Amino acid sequence: MGVAVYICHCGVNIAKTVDVKKVVEEIEKMPEVTICRDYQYMCSDPGQELVKKDINKYQPSSVVIAACSPRMHYPTFQGTLKEAKMNPYCLEMANIREQCSWVHEDKERATEKAISLVKSAVAKAALLEPLIENEVPVTPAALVIGGGIAGIQSALDIAEAGYKVYLVEREPSIGGHMAQFDKTFPTLDCAACILTPKMVDVARHPNIELRAYSEVEDISGYIGNFKVKIRKKPRYVSEEHCVACGDCATECRLADRIPNEFDHNLSKRSAIYVPFPQAVPLKYTIDPDRCLMITRGKCGKSPKCVDACSANAIDFEQKEEVEEVEVGTIVVATGYSEFDPAQKPELHFNDLGNVLTGLQFERIFAPNGPTSGELVINGKVPKKIAFASCTGSRDKRVGNPYCSRVCCMYIAKQAHLVKEHIPDADVSVYYCDVRAFGKGYEEFYERVQKEGVHYRRGLISEVYEEDGRVHVRGEDSLMAEPFDEGVDLLVLGTGIIPNADSNEMGQLLHISNSSDGFYLEAHPKLRPVDTVTDGIFLAGCAQGPKDIPDTVAQAGAAAAHVIDVLSKGKITIEPYNAVVDTDLCGGCRICESLCPFDAHHFNEEKGVMEINDTLCKGCGVCGAACPAGAISLNHFRDTQIFAQIGAVLND
Amino acid sequence: MSKPKIAFYWAGSCGGCEVAVVDLGEKIYDVVDAFDIVFWPVAIDTKYDDIRNLEDGEIEVCFFNGCIRNEENEEIARLLRQKSKVMIAFGSCSHLGGIPGLGNLSSRDETLDYVYRKTPVSGNEGGTMPCTTCVKDGNTIDLPALRTEVSALNDVVDVDYYIPGCPPPLPVIEGAVAALMNGELPRKGAVLSTEKTVCDECDKEKRKKMVGKARRIYDDDVDPSRCLLEQGIPCMGPATRGGCEAACPSANMPCTGCMGPPPASQEQGSRMVTAITSLIGVENEREATAEEVAEALASLRDPVGFFYMYSLPTSFLKRRYNDE
Repeated sequence: MGVAVYICHCGVNIAKTVDVKKVVEEIEKMPEVTICRDYQYMCSDPGQELVKKDINKYQPSSVVIAACSPRMHYPTFQGTLKEAKMNPYCLEMANIREQCSWVHEDKERATEKAISLVKSAVAKAALLEPLIENEVPVTPAALVIGGGIAGIQSALDIAEAGYKVYLVEREPSIGGHMAQFDKTFPTLDCAACILTPKMVDVARHPNIELRAYSEVEDISGYIGNFKVKIRKKPRYVSEEHCVACGDCATECRLADRIPNEFDHNLSKRSAIYVPFPQAVPLKYTIDPDRCLMITRGKCGKSPKCVDACSANAIDFEQKEEVEEVEVGTIVVATGYSEFDPAQKPELHFNDLGNVLTGLQFERIFAPNGPTSGELVINGKVPKKIAFASCTGSRDKRVGNPYCSRVCCMYIAKQAHLVKEHIPDADVSVYYCDVRAFGKGYEEFYERVQKEGVHYRRGLISEVYEEDGRVHVRGEDSLMAEPFDEGVDLLVLGTGIIPNADSNEMGQLLHISNSSDGFYLEAHPKLRPVDTVTDGIFLAGCAQGPKDIPDTVAQAGAAAAHVIDVLSKGKITIEPYNAVVDTDLCGGCRICESLCPFDAHHFNEEKGVMEINDTLCKGCGVCGAACPAGAISLNHFRDTQIFAQIGAVLND
Repeated sequence: MSKPKIAFYWAGSCGGCEVAVVDLGEKIYDVVDAFDIVFWPVAIDTKYDDIRNLEDGEIEVCFFNGCIRNEENEEIARLLRQKSKVMIAFGSCSHLGGIPGLGNLSSRDETLDYVYRKTPVSGNEGGTMPCTTCVKDGNTIDLPALRTEVSALNDVVDVDYYIPGCPPPLPVIEGAVAALMNGELPRKGAVLSTEKTVCDECDKEKRKKMVGKARRIYDDDVDPSRCLLEQGIPCMGPATRGGCEAACPSANMPCTGCMGPPPASQEQGSRMVTAITSLIGVENEREATAEEVAEALASLRDPVGFFYMYSLPTSFLKRRYNDE
């Protein structure tokens, strides 16, 4: 019986600032404490052995470990308790490292604080109850949201492991941004050559159900048992019949009149289109915002596409379809958007013809792009080209303080490609720092400099037009002199921003967004792929700016996490859930609308609230709001917390 | 053999609790049959000295209503505690401080100044103020001094049981008296009523709560079949112990919280504050902006009077702290 307490030195991390022996002396005096010891490294094998031996000898009702943050080692010591056949939830940790020794210098006062913290943990530990983990079966399927390289990689990895995957992509084709690239840095691999085979694999894989031109409308449920509503938008073209001959697009009355978003509006398309010739699925789609039949109800005497289609695939009667699928896990790979340079009026992006974004310039190089890969801007071959790095990144004025992590390298790659196309071109990069941090990146940056690309330190502060040329003005901070150069083409190193709907999507998924708008991982170092909602994982730029290697790595990691969950067939759920004391619940239903996880269910017959153990994530909102005090959070009951506070205040 | 003795006392209160006892009707005879009433200033002629002359613990049960507002209340509370085996705080004032407890929002001097000089009907041209000692015709008259703050009974003496309510509802009194006569009293410190909240006894239809701005009962059409709180009418029912059979909501008046906090609630007012503030913005399915929260809160009239109508002296807030 009683509480067994262990004080960790953490080498010198704790012992340097906290008099550990003194803490032991004080804690030993507490009536609740059966045994109190200290050790150099509690988390080490001998440290854990010490705890196990004591558990067998003294049979304590609970254990307190005073060491580092519970985020670090709570699971470690839970394992120790389990091995000693003790309920792993009869454990409390006092954080005397991060919250004490690391933040204080005065040893005497730090020791006093450590004693208070341990006393408080002991007071709570004495009131801990054994908790039983719940087990729920897992639906052996996964949902992957987003069909860019991240989603494609995750979907293929999961499908290869033998599980069904629903891959949902909102655009008519999968491929994402990577499909728009020409070459990839630093190896100059052709993006299409490495991406399109994977896209084809997705289409052919027996375990992958591709839902292109579809959006996730609703998600309910919890890890192992999500229910997902997928809304398939009407293409007005039968996917079954369309053979992608393209006759419809050629005949369309609006042929070559609609800006082609795949080429970032550098080319024109028809109202019926495929985004690019290698699209998967290779099926035509009618643009509902532009097609005359859909917007006006008539298109000449009869729609030309219908006449042209020998497969009779055009179907203006097509309606959207909502499908509900069940999955065990979800990968969020929704990607990113490109920063809109119009937000920086000094760049005059929309006014000047010879200013392009990074992705637009990418399309210029692409063989399937607006110029079929020829470096021609507005009919001319540019001889002098400037690149502006950090456009919309590391820029607090536009609200993006972060680094987009890819711009320095894609600028280097594009500069190289310019030199390859036009060896005598005068190419300058205006930068403030060059961040060439990846494998082979620094070497590539050096190579590009040797190829004659000038790097000038100083961001462009103003852009204007004179004599038909774009002028860039600013200050070269290395030479400490102003510059004002006329160029034929200015390429903006536009950064990565979260998608416009990332907040709504986050709410739909019950996952959080960090302050920059990207989805928040469960822990920045140790759980970079997990979200705070169990069973939902992140891959690619949805979590933050990333290059392709990192995206593919994270997508693989997300897939591994998915496979881990699916392969177990069942999952245990931490029992830190809210519980209703039905003897006290008056059925006012205040808690119900507050639950972010829809875990509350009102039992009309008994007039009391019930909480689903597996849906409840233990956030505690309902417990705080319950005016009757009828809801308490396992492991964080009011009595336990008041005991903790009391122990600190009694000193 | 003489019957066990009981006492009733009326401290700082309105007298409603005494009426609640009289409301027992003929059941009062069962009490008289079983007990000797040795002290009941409102009904029978007894003096403080009658109590002083008793042995300690000679009174079996004392029903004490009213808060501790002046020194006399406190003195008699201590005396009765000494002479009684079981001390019962009867009604909201002795249980929680009661409505007089809102007096803790003003200092003693502010209260006296207002009451004797500033009310529209004071008519005190000389500005005379009460004092504790007065000599008239060679005789000295002492008056009990007003305390600096209002307290509940258990702030000055040990209390065994609480009968809640303003005044305690008849079924609650009957239940308590029956328990007493049958010797079936629960553990010390218990509140002798039900454990669930008023909502449990309120038969209005309750749905998922979405509270926007606070309305008042006369503001608009109120659907009498539906939960008042859901319709924006501040109601303390969810944070209040039941036992009253939801008397007020049944008459389409919101609960004001007289039965006090339910057993697991540390603090009635703050519990209701967190409940109501949690709901602001819920209807929009997003976090409310600071302006929306401010607007919603501003629409709630007299927040202290709503959240702490009966429980201010026993709440964490306790009183407004002045320089005195």
